[in-house]
Amino acid sequence: MYFRRLIVYATAIAMLVAAGGTLFSGAAWAADFTLLNVSYDPTRELYQDFNKAFAKQYASKNKHKVSVRQSHGGSGKQARSVIDGLQADVVTLALAYDIDQIASRAKLLATDWQKKLPNNASPYTSTIVFLVRKGNPKALKDWDDLVKPGVSVITPNPKTSGGARWNYLAAWAYADKKFAGDQRKSKDFVKALFRNVPVLDSGARGSTTTFVERGQGDVLLAWENEAMLALKESGSDKLEIITPSLSILAEPPVAIVDKVVDKKGTRKVAQAYLEYLYSAEGQEIAAKHYYRPRDEKIAKKYEKQFPNVALINIDQAFGGWAKATQTHFVDGGTFDQIYQPGAK
Amino acid sequence: MAGVLASPNLPLHPPVRKSAPGRRAIPWVPIVLITIALLYLALFLFVPLAAVFYEALRKGATVYWAAISEPDAISAIKLTFIAALIAVPLNLVFGVAAAWAIAKFDFRGKSLLITLIDLPFSVSPVISGLIYVLIFGLQGWLGPWLSEHDVKIIFAVPGIVLATIFVTFPFVARELIPLMQAQGREEEEAAAVLGASGWQTLWYVTLPNVKWGLLYGVILCNARAMGEFGAVSVVSGHIRGETNTLPLHVEILYNEYQFAAAFACASLLALLAVITLVIKTVVEIRYEQREKEFRT
Amino acid sequence: MTTGIFTRPHSVLPGFNMALGFTIFYLSLIVLIPLSAAFIKTFTLTWEAFWTTVTAPRVLASYWLTLRTSLLAALINAVFGLLVAWVLVRYKFPGKRVIDALVDLPFALPTAVAGIALTAVYATNGWLGKPLAEMGVKVAFTPLGILVALTFIGLPFVVRTVQPVLEDLEKEMEEAAQSLGASQWQTFQRVIFPTVLPAVVTGFTLAFARALGEYGSVIFIAGNMPMVSEITPLIIITKLEQYDYAGATAVAVVMLVASFLLLLAINTLQWWSRKQRAQESV
Repeated sequence: MYFRRLIVYATAIAMLVAAGGTLFSGAAWAADFTLLNVSYDPTRELYQDFNKAFAKQYASKNKHKVSVRQSHGGSGKQARSVIDGLQADVVTLALAYDIDQIASRAKLLATDWQKKLPNNASPYTSTIVFLVRKGNPKALKDWDDLVKPGVSVITPNPKTSGGARWNYLAAWAYADKKFAGDQRKSKDFVKALFRNVPVLDSGARGSTTTFVERGQGDVLLAWENEAMLALKESGSDKLEIITPSLSILAEPPVAIVDKVVDKKGTRKVAQAYLEYLYSAEGQEIAAKHYYRPRDEKIAKKYEKQFPNVALINIDQAFGGWAKATQTHFVDGGTFDQIYQPGAK
Repeated sequence: MAGVLASPNLPLHPPVRKSAPGRRAIPWVPIVLITIALLYLALFLFVPLAAVFYEALRKGATVYWAAISEPDAISAIKLTFIAALIAVPLNLVFGVAAAWAIAKFDFRGKSLLITLIDLPFSVSPVISGLIYVLIFGLQGWLGPWLSEHDVKIIFAVPGIVLATIFVTFPFVARELIPLMQAQGREEEEAAAVLGASGWQTLWYVTLPNVKWGLLYGVILCNARAMGEFGAVSVVSGHIRGETNTLPLHVEILYNEYQFAAAFACASLLALLAVITLVIKTVVEIRYEQREKEFRT
Repeated sequence: MTTGIFTRPHSVLPGFNMALGFTIFYLSLIVLIPLSAAFIKTFTLTWEAFWTTVTAPRVLASYWLTLRTSLLAALINAVFGLLVAWVLVRYKFPGKRVIDALVDLPFALPTAVAGIALTAVYATNGWLGKPLAEMGVKVAFTPLGILVALTFIGLPFVVRTVQPVLEDLEKEMEEAAQSLGASQWQTFQRVIFPTVLPAVVTGFTLAFARALGEYGSVIFIAGNMPMVSEITPLIIITKLEQYDYAGATAVAVVMLVASFLLLLAINTLQWWSRKQRAQESV
C-alpha cells in the first residue's frame, strides 16, 4: 500500500517535471537572439559551419549572442511546414517557387522577396551532375546514356524534392536542345529516363544515401555540391563525378520571413545573417562546401573545383518557376503523365 | 463430440500429460516444427535486431559514446522522455476510467464506445499527425488565433506530445477492459455493500486485482510513446536540438551519412525495447507464480 | 439513471457518470474531434473532386499495393504465427522463455528503427540481401521489401491471440480422439484446428489492420515508385507537400473508413471467438 502511494507520487512529480520542461524548454537558451533557419536537404553541413562563423562575427561586432537553429528536409516539405506555422526567421530553400508559395499561400513575406537581395536572392549557385561508380563501368557520359535500357538512375521524387525538380528540368532541357524543342519527344525522353529509376526518395539526401550506402543504381542525379560532398565522405576510390554536356543553373534562394521576424523582433539579425552569405567569409564557406560562389574573386580561387559546363537558365528555357511548375509538377502535369500507364 | 466421449464403454484412464500427445507420435515432427519456427523468427526478428547493435558498434565504442552524448542527441532523448512522461500517465488515467465504466456497468452503446477507443490503434500514423496540423496549423482551425496569441502548438513540443497521446491512446484501456470484464463485479459490489466509497473500491479492490494487466499496458504504452515516428514526423518541424525526438534524430543522422551514429541512437531505442520485454516477462512470471499460490 | 444515449439499469457501484463522462470527454478531445477535422476538410471538396482524387490511377495503385502486401503479410503471419504459438506452447527447448519474450519485439521497437534495420539487412549489400541478390531475389526497394517490413510488424499478433487458446486446450479431447484411432494429423485437423481457428482469424485481422496504416518501418525499405511501390500513407504526404490539403484528407478519409470497418470486423470476430470458447467449456 505504501509502495502504491509512492508510485503515484513519483509519477505525479515526474509529470510535473516533464510539463515544466515543455514550457520552459525555449527559455533555457542564454542567447540574446535565436533564429530559425528552415532549409533544404543538402545544406546541412554548409549551415553548420556558416552558423558558427556568423555567430562569432555578430558577437564581435554587436555584442549580442546569436543562436541559429536549423531544420532540414525536402524543399517543398519545408515550405509547407512554414506555411503551416513553423516559425522560420529565414528560409533558405532549393527553388524560388517554394518561397513564392510561402508568400502567396501564407502571406508571410512580400511577393517581390526575390528582389530584396542581390543575384535574385541566391548567394550561391549549383548545378546538376552525375555521380557514378568509380571507373564508370557503364560509360555514362551524357544524358543520352541515361535513357539506355539496363541503366539504373537514382533521383529523388520531383513532387517532394527541389533537387529532383532541377534534375527533371535539366534532363528536359537537354532533350529540348536535342529535339529542337519538340515537346513530345522531350517528354518521351524524360519518360524513358524515369523508366530507369527504381526508387524515388522524398529528398535529395535520401537518394544519395540510397545510391552511396545501399548500393542502388548506376548513376545518381545530384546537386553538384551534394555529389562532391558524397565523394569526400565516401572516398574518391568508390565514386566519381561526370559532368554532362548541358545542365541547368540552379539558384537556391534565401529570404527573410517578414511576418515572423517582425513579431519576434529579429529583423536586423536575420538581415545581417543573410547578408553575411554574400560577404567574403560567407562566400568562402559556401565554396568550401562545394557551392559555386557569386563573388568573382572567391570563384576564381576555387575555379579548379568547379568544372565548366554549359548552363541553361530556368527563366530562358522554361519561362520561370511558376510556369515550369504548372507545366510539369502539378497534379496532371508532365511528371504525372509519364507515370500514367498507357498514356502518351 | 461430447456425445462420443461420454460413451460408458470407453476405459477411463487418468489424464497423461505428455509434451507431444499421441500414441503414434512421430519423433521428428517437433524438431522440424521448432526449426521452421526458429528460422521464421530469425529471418524477421533476430537478424534485424542484431543488425542494429552490430552497425552501432561497428566503428567502436568511442564513436558510439560520442553519438549518444552529443547535444542534439541529448535533447532528443529529453524530448522523447517528456512526451512519454506526459502521454503515458494521461492515457493510464483514461484507461482506468474507461475500463471502470465499461467493465463494471451495462449500458447501451458499449460496443460502439469500445470500437471508438480502438480507433487510434488502426489509424495510420501519418493521418494521426495530419489531423493535428489541420487543427493547429497556421492554415487550420485554431491556427490564426494561436498565432496572434503567440502560442506554439504544432511544430513545437506540445504538438509532439499531442500526437504521442493520440497514437498511444488505447494501449492501457485495451489491456484493462477484457481483464476487468473477466474478473466480474462481485468483489466491487461486495465492497460497495460493505460501505466503501467509489474511490476506496477502485483503489483497494479493483486496481490490486488488475495490477499486472495495468503494468503490462503501461509498458506497451510507454514503448510506443518513446518509439513513435510517423505521427511525430508530420507535426515536428524537425528543428534540431528542439523538436526532434530520438526516432526523428535517428532519421536525421541516417540522412547525414553518420550511419554508425544513427544506429547508435537506434540501439538505445532497441535497448529500451528489450528492457520493456524483460520487464514484461518478469511481470508474467510473477503473475503465474501468484496464480499458482492462489490455487494451492 | 441515464446519461444521454448511454442508458443503463440501476447499479450498486458508484462512479458510473464520472467515469463515463471523463471517458467520453477525453475520447472526444483527443480522438474524435481531431479525426473529424479530416472529414470536415474533405467535405470542402465536391463529390466529383473527391471521387477523382481517390480514384486517380496512382492512388488506386497505392491502395492495391498496400492491400495486397498487408494481406499477404498477415497471411504469412497467420500460418507461421500458428506454428510459432504451437511450438512455444507444446514443446520444451532451450531458450524458449527468451524467444517467447522476443516475439513481442515488434510491439516494443520503434518503427523507424525497424525500418533502417530491415533496410540494412535486406539491401543488396546487406547480410541477408546479398545472398538473396545472388539468387536473383531483390528485396529492398521492391514490394517484396514492403512485405518483409509488414511481416515484421505483424508478427506478434497471431502468436499472441493463439497462445492462450492453445494453452487452454484440453488434452483430454485430443487423447480421446487418439484413443479412438485418429492419427496425429487427423487430431490436429479435426479437433485442434477448429478450436484455434477463431483466434487465428482474429490475429490475422489485427495484423492486417496494423499493416494497412504502417509508415515508419516501410518508408525506408520501399522503393516509393509511383504505380509500383508507393504506399498510400506516402501519397497522403506527397499531396500535403503539394499544398493539396483537401486531396490529402480525401485519401486519408478512405483509409480511415477502411480501418473503421476492419475494426468492427475484429471486434465482431473477438466476440464470436469468446462465445465459441464459452460454449466449448461447457
